[in-house]
Amino acid sequence: MPYNLKEVVASKPSRFTSGHRMCAGCGAPPAARMIMRALKPEDHAVVAGATGCMEVSTFIYPYTAWTDSFIHTAFECAGATLSGAEAAYQSMKKQGKIDNTTKFIAFGGDGGTYDIGLQSLSGAMERGHDMVYVCYDNGAYMNTGIQRSSATPKFADTTTSPAGTTIPGKMQSRKDLTKIMVGHHIPYVAQTIGYMNFKDLYEKAEKAIYTEGPAFLNVMAPCPRGWGYPTDMLMQINKLAVETCYWPLYEVIDGKYKINYKPAKKLPIEEFLRPQKRFKHMFKPGNEWMIEEFQKEVDSRWQELLDLEEITNKE
Amino acid sequence: MSIRERLSGNEAAATAMKQINPDVVAAFPITPSTEIPQYFSTFVANGTVDTEFVAVESEHSAMSACIGAEAAGSRAMTATSANGLSLMWEMIYIASSLRLPIVLSLVNRAVSGPLNIHCDHSDAMGVRDAGWIMLFSENNQEAYDNTLMAHRIAEHENVRLPLMVCQDGFITSHAIENIELEEDEKVKEFVGEYHPEHYLLNEKEPIAVGPLDLQAYLFEHKVQQADAMKAAKQVILDVAKDFEKMTGRKYGLFEEYKLEDAEIAIVCMNSTAGTTKYVVDELRNKGIKAGLLKLRVFRPFPVDEISEALSHLKAVAILDKSDSLNAAGGALFEDVTSSLYVTKKYVPAVNYVYGIGGRDTKAEDIENVYKDLLEIAKSGKVENPYRYFGLRKEGE
Repeated sequence: MPYNLKEVVASKPSRFTSGHRMCAGCGAPPAARMIMRALKPEDHAVVAGATGCMEVSTFIYPYTAWTDSFIHTAFECAGATLSGAEAAYQSMKKQGKIDNTTKFIAFGGDGGTYDIGLQSLSGAMERGHDMVYVCYDNGAYMNTGIQRSSATPKFADTTTSPAGTTIPGKMQSRKDLTKIMVGHHIPYVAQTIGYMNFKDLYEKAEKAIYTEGPAFLNVMAPCPRGWGYPTDMLMQINKLAVETCYWPLYEVIDGKYKINYKPAKKLPIEEFLRPQKRFKHMFKPGNEWMIEEFQKEVDSRWQELLDLEEITNKE
Repeated sequence: MSIRERLSGNEAAATAMKQINPDVVAAFPITPSTEIPQYFSTFVANGTVDTEFVAVESEHSAMSACIGAEAAGSRAMTATSANGLSLMWEMIYIASSLRLPIVLSLVNRAVSGPLNIHCDHSDAMGVRDAGWIMLFSENNQEAYDNTLMAHRIAEHENVRLPLMVCQDGFITSHAIENIELEEDEKVKEFVGEYHPEHYLLNEKEPIAVGPLDLQAYLFEHKVQQADAMKAAKQVILDVAKDFEKMTGRKYGLFEEYKLEDAEIAIVCMNSTAGTTKYVVDELRNKGIKAGLLKLRVFRPFPVDEISEALSHLKAVAILDKSDSLNAAGGALFEDVTSSLYVTKKYVPAVNYVYGIGGRDTKAEDIENVYKDLLEIAKSGKVENPYRYFGLRKEGE
């Protein structure tokens, strides 16, 4: 059946409920809601959260926004924690101690995933646990107050890579975690975002959850506080990230790349950068080189993706 | 009928784990505990156990996976040493705060640095305030027995705390000694099944574990942990009674060796107790009233019982196989002396830090401690309560 947002929302109540304390205009809650909706209603889920915005805003004792089972332990180990729960499930199922169907989903920000939790994630994926790890990538340590991470784009102004008079923001390029996960040769890896009625996000979540074995979803989740955009602009920012090819939508199934959306007319990167205060200094006279360099990096990464799609799909 | 065998300490721990047949074991190799996950992997590979073995990529992940597994509703176990426990440190606190009865086999080794692979107790002492029950074992038999009793204690409804069974690296873990094993069926019956009240995999009652817990509630939650630790003492004794019924082997909070009529005594843990017993016997032959208190239950610390057991002495030496680097004395010394103080018992007490980084502990070292104690008993004075033995002398 073709995807229909209204039908999905009407037929599947949210398993990530309102009342949580995440900011207005944050990209993470709508993503989490749609991912949780991708579960079959009859299936139980164990959700693991890495310490971060989402965890501290959705599970403050004695309240929780999660209707499924949820576990948070620490910042760097959502992968390992959930792999333990999944191992318990496999063991108890084999022994006949439980008979339900449980799916395992981890949520971590880019801090808990690209950086401090990379080892734990890598280990869990390599070991082949039947679980999905979702990174909601907002491109900095937002929970502690907008410090740069390895996911922070070049030149972005953060509190530990401030745009100063000598150093104009972060001087390093961002890590490509999605490709690092492809390098784990797991059955399903995808990059997505809330765009076009969440179709891409929902369908990828469904595939990730119901593909046997480890799966990884990298979801770009803009942050109004850290990026400096008005809260009602979230969906526009998402759209610009895709239309400029800053955040391409693609999936890698058993090693084969598939780009899910190729803009008919790729927008210049300024369109994505301009509404965000973290890139404001790039638009000062004399800083044109920064935008040019940024554009070059977006172009070369997009081209690399096109090449990978071609190479991996050769007969 | 018990089965007579010859096993190393690591084999003893692995054998106990095999008989317990936990749902999940997550472990990462580190000397000298590596053999435990090695032996256990063989049990898994040969289908001897029902366990899922999670070969994690670090000890931090080992403890994280154990937490996930235990919270999910299963029994989870692990083993480690030294830096492995240091890397787990963050998760060690989280395990106890989530009230998860995980059982860990700790093969004691010096924590870096510099790097050393041999026995001392700096690893265990580094987590002494982490809210884990800590049992110490003199030899392979005690490592085995303590492990068989572990789940009954940790999972008890008044307790619900993680537990570690300690044994000395190499000295116990790699030395092969006689041991009495219990039959598989008897162990199974003794340990029993695990039926947690709340668990992640229960789809009928989803739960949330590990919240953000701020000023409004954290204090009360920590007090609940403290209360559970206090309650553990009686449970440990009750389980020991049942264990004695099954095996005939008797366990308490500590072992008193010729202590009752002793005038001077040593307090120590793990394998050093074996050497000390030998020295006590020698001294008794010479008419010296020497005794030993070998501590088994370090956490919860048996304040009243230890104080009572030592109160009649003329002098006591507390041996710490780990230095606290606090310019005051080792951890065991502090706990024992504070127990005496708060129970208003005064016994002249002296602390010896010894055996660091696997430095051999010889009978003559222990003899010298008793000689010092005779002096202290005579004079009633302790000149320097914070001492070492076994150190190289200048120029050596």
